[in-house]
Amino acid sequence: MRRQIREKLIERGLFGAASTSIIIVLLIVLFMVLEGCSAINFNFLFGYEWNPSHEKFGIVTIVISTFYIGLGALAISICIGIPSAIFLSEYAHETIRNIIKSSVEMLVGIPSIVLGFFGLIVLIPLIRENIGGRGESILAGWIILSIMTLPHIISLSEDAMRAVPNSFREGSVALGATKWQTVIKLILPNAKSGVLASIILGMSSAIGETMAVLMVIGNPNIPWIPNSILDQVRVMTSTIVIEISYAVWGSPHQQSLFAIGVVLFIFVAIMTSIARIVVKGEIRRKW
Amino acid sequence: MNKLFAVIIAIILFLTIIGVYSNYSKTPSSGPSGSLNIAGSTTVLPLNQEWARLLMEKYPNLRISVSGGGSGNGIKSVGLEIIDIGAASRDIKEKEFKEYPDLELVTVAKDSVIIAVHPSNPLSDIKMKDIAKIYAGEITNFKDLGGLDMEINLYSREEGSGTRSAFEDIVLKKFDVEIFSKALIKPSNGELRAAVSGDNQGFTYLSIGYLDNSVKALSIDGVEPTIENVKSGDYTVVRSLYLITKSGPSELEGLFIEFALSPEGQTVVDEQGYITVG
Repeated sequence: MRRQIREKLIERGLFGAASTSIIIVLLIVLFMVLEGCSAINFNFLFGYEWNPSHEKFGIVTIVISTFYIGLGALAISICIGIPSAIFLSEYAHETIRNIIKSSVEMLVGIPSIVLGFFGLIVLIPLIRENIGGRGESILAGWIILSIMTLPHIISLSEDAMRAVPNSFREGSVALGATKWQTVIKLILPNAKSGVLASIILGMSSAIGETMAVLMVIGNPNIPWIPNSILDQVRVMTSTIVIEISYAVWGSPHQQSLFAIGVVLFIFVAIMTSIARIVVKGEIRRKW
Repeated sequence: MNKLFAVIIAIILFLTIIGVYSNYSKTPSSGPSGSLNIAGSTTVLPLNQEWARLLMEKYPNLRISVSGGGSGNGIKSVGLEIIDIGAASRDIKEKEFKEYPDLELVTVAKDSVIIAVHPSNPLSDIKMKDIAKIYAGEITNFKDLGGLDMEINLYSREEGSGTRSAFEDIVLKKFDVEIFSKALIKPSNGELRAAVSGDNQGFTYLSIGYLDNSVKALSIDGVEPTIENVKSGDYTVVRSLYLITKSGPSELEGLFIEFALSPEGQTVVDEQGYITVG
């Protein structure tokens, strides 16, 4: 009897701990929506001009810039990350794999402000002197962000490739396929959903990233739709960080900044759900 | 071994608690006591922090908490009586006065906005109207100012900043100009300075409290931006820094403001690179 009570108590306690994260998410979303929803209207969603001194709060340019930065960084980290994952999972010796894998994991541990500072001190002068423009640019944002999303893409897609059963590989080689043919025809199609999920999660972390990007993309006074990779842009997160501390509380300006937070949250939530559906659908089909 | 370790840690913790407690109880019971909340402009923040520190040393029963948040936030919070004293580095807007009519302002220091470029830039003097033209985006190359042939990389503070609104009010409004879109935003005076000190084509306005060797200040219409010139009235890009109370200062609030205006308080103003008043 006592044992049963104890078990019940433990279960309740664990449940309580597990539900804190739900409660926190709900409270934050509620707070954000309450603060921001009054600013969400047609002009906010479809306006091109963000100019708070004229009470113009259109986020189109900012949203486009955000995706421009996010997609570009993602493209770079896919080009490096997927081949790395293939190498780690299929070709690398155990020792080399351990070395590379642990350094990739170390990359996750670098605080984003340190990366941002690296960008500010090293990357920006480099771009300014060798390529042109002001240095602070979309290009700098791409490079810094791809460094940040790379480890996620590598480790998630490598896990997906290693999850492909060894019997598949043996069968393929037994039929006379080369290693590369096995990778292309067998490993990648079977690991597809995991790789795709890693890309989507990489994208959602890229557009939500703040400090490092803020430090290298320039943040012009009034954002415009970029027409060169050396242009300066504003993304959603940097606009919030820069302006929130001086916005008069309760003003349309402050509400619009919270509304940007709501929009960003919706984007990230959509991408996370897509990633979950992709992974889940695959599992159901396979087993 | 582990037990010994645990015992030692327990003793250290115990002694720390005793120490902290005895430190509290040691404070004399004389002098004013109570607590003050101060918030507002980040330009005034270093001054407030220093004043609060000195005043708390003098009257150990006093608890003063100081935070930033910006001028707008300071004015609003004191108007709503969330805090005791608000700090602002700009004048109160008409709209704000309408909402909180019984705010009282005291000028506790003055700040000057200077124009700064990279130390390697040969330029040393600039006309007020050229500053306006640069920020309007009409002049985009230093050669139009008689300098080297290179593009001007323009920086600015964000919308709502006290430094920015002072610069806009004193310099840009005269020429009916607004900061154009390509100026890059830096969210603090420190970052403005860092940006220009690392960019030999940089051009920015800056609070005089942040002027140091890493950037070069330009004379405006022949007047050097020194504290003497600001005091004599020759250098005109000056703004007041305010402490604000609602419907007159209470005893404690008055104590803080008096201290800020006292010779000791004004020494702090001088040390932080701002301009003393009175």
